[in-house]
Amino acid sequence: MLSTAESTRASGSSEANEPSEPSRPSRARKSAQDTRVASSVSIALTGSGGSGVMTAGQMLLDAAARGGFQGMMTRSLGPQIRGGEAEAFLRLSASEVTCPGDGVDILIAFDWTSTERFAGEISLKPSSLVLADPELGPAPAMITGSGARRIDLPLKALLAGIPDGRPNMVGLGILAGLIGLPEDSVLAVLNRMLKRKGAEALAASTAGIQAGYAAAADMPADFRLTAAKQAASRWNISGNEAIGVGALRGGVRFVAAYPITPATEILEWLAPNLEHLGGELVQAEDELASINMAVGGSFGGLATLTATSGPGLALMIETLGLSVASETPLVVVNVQRGGPSTGIPTKSEQSDLNIAVYGLHGDAPHIVTATNSVADCVFTAQWSVYLAEALQSPAIVLTDQLLGQTRAIIEAPEGASFVARREVAEGDLENYLRYAVTESGVSPMAIPGTPGGEYVADGLEHTPRGRPSSQAEDHLTQLDKRNRKLELFDYGKHWADIEGDGEIAVVTWGSCTGPAREARVRAEAAGLKVKLISLRLLAPMQTARFEKALKGVKKVLVVEQSHSQQFYHYLRAHYDLPKDVKVLSRPGPLPIRPAHIYERLADWS
Amino acid sequence: MTAMEQAVGAGLQPKDYKSDYKPIWCPGCGDYSVLTSITKALSVLGVARENAAVVSGIGCSSRIPAYTSLYGFHGVHGRALALATGLKIARPDLTVLVTGGDGDGFSIGGNHFLHACRRNVDLTYIVMDNQVYGMTKGQASPTTASEWEGSKLTPHGTGVSPFQPLAVALAAGANFIARGYAGDPNGVARLIVEGVQHPGFSFIQVLSQCVTYRAEQREWRSRVRPSAKEPTANAARASRRILDDDGFTTGIFYLGSRPPYQPVTATDRTLADIEQRFVI
Ligand SMILES: Cc1ncc(C[n+]2csc(CCOP(=O)(O)OP(=O)(O)O)c2C)c(N)n1
Ligand code: SF4
Repeated sequence: MLSTAESTRASGSSEANEPSEPSRPSRARKSAQDTRVASSVSIALTGSGGSGVMTAGQMLLDAAARGGFQGMMTRSLGPQIRGGEAEAFLRLSASEVTCPGDGVDILIAFDWTSTERFAGEISLKPSSLVLADPELGPAPAMITGSGARRIDLPLKALLAGIPDGRPNMVGLGILAGLIGLPEDSVLAVLNRMLKRKGAEALAASTAGIQAGYAAAADMPADFRLTAAKQAASRWNISGNEAIGVGALRGGVRFVAAYPITPATEILEWLAPNLEHLGGELVQAEDELASINMAVGGSFGGLATLTATSGPGLALMIETLGLSVASETPLVVVNVQRGGPSTGIPTKSEQSDLNIAVYGLHGDAPHIVTATNSVADCVFTAQWSVYLAEALQSPAIVLTDQLLGQTRAIIEAPEGASFVARREVAEGDLENYLRYAVTESGVSPMAIPGTPGGEYVADGLEHTPRGRPSSQAEDHLTQLDKRNRKLELFDYGKHWADIEGDGEIAVVTWGSCTGPAREARVRAEAAGLKVKLISLRLLAPMQTARFEKALKGVKKVLVVEQSHSQQFYHYLRAHYDLPKDVKVLSRPGPLPIRPAHIYERLADWS
Repeated sequence: MTAMEQAVGAGLQPKDYKSDYKPIWCPGCGDYSVLTSITKALSVLGVARENAAVVSGIGCSSRIPAYTSLYGFHGVHGRALALATGLKIARPDLTVLVTGGDGDGFSIGGNHFLHACRRNVDLTYIVMDNQVYGMTKGQASPTTASEWEGSKLTPHGTGVSPFQPLAVALAAGANFIARGYAGDPNGVARLIVEGVQHPGFSFIQVLSQCVTYRAEQREWRSRVRPSAKEPTANAARASRRILDDDGFTTGIFYLGSRPPYQPVTATDRTLADIEQRFVI
């Protein structure tokens, strides 16, 4: 039996009254297509850190992309620095894949101890296929209790006659064979990868893959996928790399960095690439320094970014307030992980919503955005740079470990025309007022080097000229101005992704959007009409737009990955919800799956 | 003044670098004269106003940016060096001065001080050391003598040996290390000129009296003496001089030759080239 997962190509409800915006890689474009039900296969490879499961998974994803599929791969690791347990999880399909789905169809286990560490993350069913070497001994209860079909993988026999043959390559060959990937797309990926490793390594891996294919020929054929024609240009990218691309597209040319899991890849990707574009990345001594360096770079006139995770965001809070008060634009990407404190660094959670929205002291309006898919990391990062620069405000971009460290096949994102454009003061600057009280609330900013524009940016409350002031009138005027610029700005349709229509709405954000999309389409296939609202702009709150989006909605299901239901409380505080509200929340690291959401929807009606 | 004159910075007098904004400082505070030294130094250097920036944290001494007619940033407590580092790396064309107090620089900002010294970005850092927290009304700072009992917060003295800014700067890798005295504004101005001209991170400790919470510092005048020795480029010799000193010798203690921090950058690719690597 094939596990089916519905396509996430939802029919979007376009907001007719919204101002038209430059194009972005939008769902709206896809929404013209009707909802299709496609097949997907979910695969887990488990082993010790050195077993090569990540390499095999990565190669399978690459080969599937070449073979006419879409898909994603997430990595799950134990806390060990090296070694420890590792799980590569893939979901492949002929159509778009936006979340890990509900369970595992095929599991290849290279050892039972490692596999058991992922018992909570690997959900098997009787239709699943579990492949393991009989030499591993008796299977643990998570396998035997699931009723999954078992296939022996006599690795020693399969690798006989292959000098230096590696079990992970056999596993790769078997998986490719089981899903019906042409052998040449796998070998093409292998060739590219081992280009420099020499003929012997290539021969060993080729033989291993072929042995796997041969073994798969005798196995059940019910996981074969049918390839489909794919978009002309597709990318293989992780969410963290996508943040980097979006930042560069937005115009970021200065980055200050302090490493932290799971945000480091953003910084490591930006370092060499920024360098080639004439920009700079500097490694700071801590996050207090990195955010202040970013403020300094921005004061100097460059669009600026730093990336971190919860503990780092906590350290940055005081200077985020400085960025608000001094009106120095800045983007902080927060790749959320399990919290509080050091929490669970390698795993995902949506529990930094409160600190991002409410964490600043004083009345400090600022921008908070959220990415909701790997592809959207490009758009939302770029849009956030644009907003920060246009509004001379800090923008906190919330993404998370799941999106950040997932590698996905996506359609090449269109280049949205949001490029940083800061309103600068130039020309005759006699009597220049840096914090002039303007109608829009945005005041032209003089960049050092501009004669006549000399001013002192200040975290102290100030007069329009920028001089420190403790007068009630100056405080009120500047508070109003800083609030007004965020309130009056037209964020267009990008404040949320809205898909479908119905009396039930799923309201969610961030990485819960993927499973919510899938659940919505599944519900629709079952005759249940559901609207999906995924908020991209979390601050400032879009009260009127939200009200409009909820028109006709009688029931709301809030979906979030937080123990204290931060998103639900945020919605309650800022928006009017119908009486009938249910909350589906759970802390990380276990993901919310489409089936969880679907069950809640189905059992409501 | 025409924009042209401003642009070349030609012939600007020290007063041209001052703003018309009245300092909040107590009469007799050493920081007045440090402000004068800064404006004198800029006049000697002939820096155009728009091409210089003063960055500070929080404290009485950190108020300096607003009293100049330059670009400036009055940031948060302790982070001035980090902010200035970002500014200078983003804008190497600017002359960047960093100003502040001993609490701002050595206590809350101590880690940034270490890393600014070793990073060696071309900044000039002027610390107005009054061995007290002036702004918060007289608590002990890292440079306060351990037995000082003048603060309600530490009525028996801190019991902690004071921080040695010059020794720490040398150990951490600062490229220019000097001490001045606010009672000698011309001397301090000369140190600032040399500090700005010397490549890399220049650290100048200025003994700047707090007449309100450390009235006894008025006596500094009789204790301060200029160094009789030529500045050295030898770190071991500089270290001996610094450690043997009683903290009242002024002058340049160390002139290093480490090349300043130089970010690697080139404009040799387009974003489209970079994105090409993701294409399947
Ligand atoms: C995060 C933070 N903590 C504490 C303070 C309060 N504070 C303001 S200035 C200051 C100390 C200033 O001492 P110093 O840097 O020596 O400067 P001085 O006033 O003596 O010139 C402190 C503790 C603050 N502004 N911010
Ligand atoms: S309190 Fe001390 S440091 Fe502050 S202004 Fe007065 S004299 Fe100067």
